[in-house]
Amino acid sequence: MDITVAVRARGITKCFGDVVALDGVDLDVAQGQIHGLVGPNGAGKTTLLGLLLGLAVADEGTLEILGMPVGRALAAPEGVGGFVDGPGLYPSLTARQNLAALAALRGQAADLDDVLHQVGLTDVADDRVRGFSLGMRQRLGLAAALLTTPRLLVLDEPSNGLDPAGKKHVYGVLKRLAADGTTVIVSSHRMDDVESLCSEVTILATGRIAFSGPLSKLSAENRELDYRIRTSDPEAARTLALDAPRVRVVDDPGMRQDNEILVVRTLVPALDELVARLVRAGIAVRELAPVVSPLEAAFLALTEQEEVSR
Amino acid sequence: MTATVADAPVTAARPVSVGRGYRFELVKLLAQWRVRLLILACWIAPAIFVALVSQQSSLPTDTTFGRWMNATGWAGALVLLGFAGSYALPLLTSLVAGDVFASEDRLGTWRHLLVAVRSYRRIFAAKALASLTVILLLVAGLAVSGIVGGLAAVGDQPLPGLDGHLLGSGDAAGKVLLAWLCVLAPTLSLAGIGLLGSVAFGRSPMGLLLPVVVAFVLELAQMLPLPVAVRLALPSYAFIAWIGLFTSPVQVGPLLISVTVSLAWAVLATVLAYVLFLRRDFTNLSYDGSGRRALTLGALPLAGLLAVTIGIVAVSTPAMGPGIDQDKVQGSLATAFGHLYRLQTRQLNRPDVTEEQLGSTAACTKGDGLVAPEGAGNDWRCVVSWHVPGVATTGQAIYQLDVTSDGRYVADGDGPKEVNGYFQVRTPAGDQPNPLWQFDGNVDLLPTTKG
Repeated sequence: MDITVAVRARGITKCFGDVVALDGVDLDVAQGQIHGLVGPNGAGKTTLLGLLLGLAVADEGTLEILGMPVGRALAAPEGVGGFVDGPGLYPSLTARQNLAALAALRGQAADLDDVLHQVGLTDVADDRVRGFSLGMRQRLGLAAALLTTPRLLVLDEPSNGLDPAGKKHVYGVLKRLAADGTTVIVSSHRMDDVESLCSEVTILATGRIAFSGPLSKLSAENRELDYRIRTSDPEAARTLALDAPRVRVVDDPGMRQDNEILVVRTLVPALDELVARLVRAGIAVRELAPVVSPLEAAFLALTEQEEVSR
Repeated sequence: MTATVADAPVTAARPVSVGRGYRFELVKLLAQWRVRLLILACWIAPAIFVALVSQQSSLPTDTTFGRWMNATGWAGALVLLGFAGSYALPLLTSLVAGDVFASEDRLGTWRHLLVAVRSYRRIFAAKALASLTVILLLVAGLAVSGIVGGLAAVGDQPLPGLDGHLLGSGDAAGKVLLAWLCVLAPTLSLAGIGLLGSVAFGRSPMGLLLPVVVAFVLELAQMLPLPVAVRLALPSYAFIAWIGLFTSPVQVGPLLISVTVSLAWAVLATVLAYVLFLRRDFTNLSYDGSGRRALTLGALPLAGLLAVTIGIVAVSTPAMGPGIDQDKVQGSLATAFGHLYRLQTRQLNRPDVTEEQLGSTAACTKGDGLVAPEGAGNDWRCVVSWHVPGVATTGQAIYQLDVTSDGRYVADGDGPKEVNGYFQVRTPAGDQPNPLWQFDGNVDLLPTTKG
């Protein structure tokens, strides 16, 4: 069994009636990696995660998890944990009771305090889940998954409802798990989440893989991006930009009209040249940032392409 | 979490055992405030109800054994049993079995549970067993609480049976407990229907309501003048048939048939729920029950079972009529009168007389003789005759009978008032109405049953 590859999927197709949820999906996820799964709504992310958790079987194709072929429902090997469509929690039980019941169900002697501490829920361990926020539920769901000492952790939108501090905490837990050899697959709508957490990403669009590989490869794609530039002299900067080669001045559709902001669409080399010109002209560059991240731009471009090709 | 995670050998997943799943389901059920409240209510409220009602001057005489509530502590648990069969038990099964699967839909926890347990079969078994346990706990609470309330408030006096014979403590206790045990069968049939509704209708409230709706329909059906074979084939008849325990000889036939039918319904409904559960698509988040599948896999087989049991009962017992005829009414009334006459004699401190010496007989007509003397109705009129040793003349008393279609009747004394009129008699439990004034009886719907 080749368990350096935690997940190997070949030609996975899954249909629900007339709807093709996954269409010939190939996927390789290396052991000990945090792998992001992104895509627009209805792209097939949850279906794919459900297959990994053993909730369903593919209509066509082969799937190996932790080196074991999976051919029927609920047959994922030991060591696969996680949740799809939100963590399954019982609101009438406390956080500790939820975990204790789950540990007893699996016949495990688990250190509940340690797991609760890991996800930062020690203070509310004896509160009923009924009163928990979405973020707290997500953390408890992660704690429940950690009880299994997972080798493959599958999490659907784990950062939903988390505040920045909570997100940082949870991401820290996931990174530690990966460092210890656990493979983590997370789905997300947000590329910035994936950027800060994952080493590799798979982009799904309408059931097909639009991209799968390292983030560096995705962001290095040669694409024009929109950049916001704030300068000490907006009018002069605009004039310079209009004259600059391979630079287009565009309106900023996502932002409120701000005369101090200049938005240009260009490639990185032309942007470098524009900045040099501004500095030479004595115009101070106070802020320079892409309107959307390079990864998000790539994501949007790839998913739109896939939609058009369908 | 540890450096050894990646190096541990990969093994195939093993499903969680039914025992662990059962404990998990019990923990979830018992954590619900609604279930806790039900348990508390079932173990406390009946005792209070029975104790309070037993102290009232106005008793629930329209309920079997209601008129004896202030005479013996055993009557309260039986009044409660009659009430529970109509209302409480269907409601309890709805709230427990009718919700045990639907609650996972409501909470969105199915996928979590499937990943944790890894076996549809074991999830079903654990849920069915856990809901059964809670239902048994609730029924036990009703029974024990009713008995304790009655005995504490009134005491352990003999219980007059439905044929007037007195049941001593041991006999009464055994029969009361057996009666509660018998109604477990129709309760289980409703629980099976609850499981079926809970699986078939998902988060729809229809699943939760199904046992109550079915029980209500069956209750209505029992009020109709159905042939006996149909009546006995209904899964709710055991809610009534237990009264046959309180005659001598015990009316075994209807009781055994109805308990068997109820258990058959319980088994079939549970199996159908299981089949529906296995066929469910848990990957479909928008699942909200399957009406067509519920009809074809749920309702039709149960309708088939009803047809088959009607056929079997009709063939095995010559019981296609209403089951209530002149001979049965006369025999039942004469027997009850004989036993209660002895009771009255003792209460009035007269010389004891045996039923054999009395030789009581009854002559009954229906509708002043203008209609055939059979079937239910409040137009039965009977003249009871008896002999008292040493007295040359034959005693006679008139009764108006209100016979219901399930064989129960209330006999209302219509003179002479010295025999069956209203007057108080002094008993060890206090002043009581004349036992021959009004009393409950029961006609065996089957031709011959021996206890």
